[in-house]
Amino acid sequence: MHMPLEDNLGLNLLAANQHQAAHNREHFDTWQLLCINVMSSPGAGKTSLLERSLPLLATDFAMAVLEGDMTTQLDAERLEAVGVPVVPITTGRSCHLDAAMVGGGLRLLRQRLDPASLDLLWVENVGNLVCPAEFEVGEHRKVALLSVTEGEDKPLKYPVMFREADCVLITKTDLLPYLPVQVERIEAHIKQVNPRCAVLRVSASSGAGIEAWHLWLRQQVAAQRAALLATPAPRPGSAAAPLSLAR
Amino acid sequence: MHEVDMTRALVRSMQSWRQGHRPQQPKVSRVNLQVGAFTCVEPEQLLFTWKVAIANSWLEGAQLAIEPVPLLGRCLACASIYTPEAEQGYRSPCCSHLMEEIVSGRELRIRSVDYELVEANPPPNSQPDPAAAM
Repeated sequence: MHMPLEDNLGLNLLAANQHQAAHNREHFDTWQLLCINVMSSPGAGKTSLLERSLPLLATDFAMAVLEGDMTTQLDAERLEAVGVPVVPITTGRSCHLDAAMVGGGLRLLRQRLDPASLDLLWVENVGNLVCPAEFEVGEHRKVALLSVTEGEDKPLKYPVMFREADCVLITKTDLLPYLPVQVERIEAHIKQVNPRCAVLRVSASSGAGIEAWHLWLRQQVAAQRAALLATPAPRPGSAAAPLSLAR
Repeated sequence: MHEVDMTRALVRSMQSWRQGHRPQQPKVSRVNLQVGAFTCVEPEQLLFTWKVAIANSWLEGAQLAIEPVPLLGRCLACASIYTPEAEQGYRSPCCSHLMEEIVSGRELRIRSVDYELVEANPPPNSQPDPAAAM
């Protein structure tokens, strides 16, 4: 007869996704690049920020973009125009990028260039303040954008996203004179859910604050290089144990 | 409806777990989850999407038991454990300190799985594995 059994797993619900994310990160570390996952609600200005930043950063860093979009390739076309290789990832029904989709994007990227030549890999996530917060893709840093037009209370309404971010960019600050919004209140709300993240004000259209944002980025690239020097680079497929052995 | 994606991720994790039992086939009666209050997951929505997701699959009939885990913080000023409230800006009531350390509430954990193992070689007239289509 059948014996009732119980496996004590203690596994993350997203274990399969995390397994793939760890695999992606092993590749990133082998290639010695920094991967940044850019997240926000739709229309907060992720693509506009990259359009402003990439040409300025391109003098110092070799970069590529994995561009998540639910149905179109419009954002990818905008970024290709600034001269950085872009791999579009159409997510279809899904409202976020997951680690497997990014893994697929990496395969396409490798057909076009040698990722080991890159310093920075951008992942522009699907516009959504909920799911991308929980689905790792293997990134080293998470950057969340919040535009001043979205209101002061968004960090409190979507606390998980802002808790997970290493850096929160308050975007579209050029619009502040026209809005009944106190940017200090937005900053205070971000600090309430995440006291440790960097919070920066930027405007992609005027360029205000972009230098401070790039300074933060340079610090992260340097910190990641230092971290990689301290630990030997992993061989892909070596570290992450098969999921089935995790029980 | 991000619980749809969460459920899909959960089913994928369960499929990985199932691989570890090959060639035997686990028949799952219950999946015991812990879901923290400081996550993007609404337990009721998850229960609903779970039922839809496992219909006609190898997990059909498996119950999802969700144990909610409260959000708890540790005040870095006085080390006391407190319940952060959004209305209070998640600050500690003792020292009004910002929520630096979260002790619990971020869990999205498959704590355990209740199951039986059925014989390795299914009878020749058995249906093809519906999970393969998922």
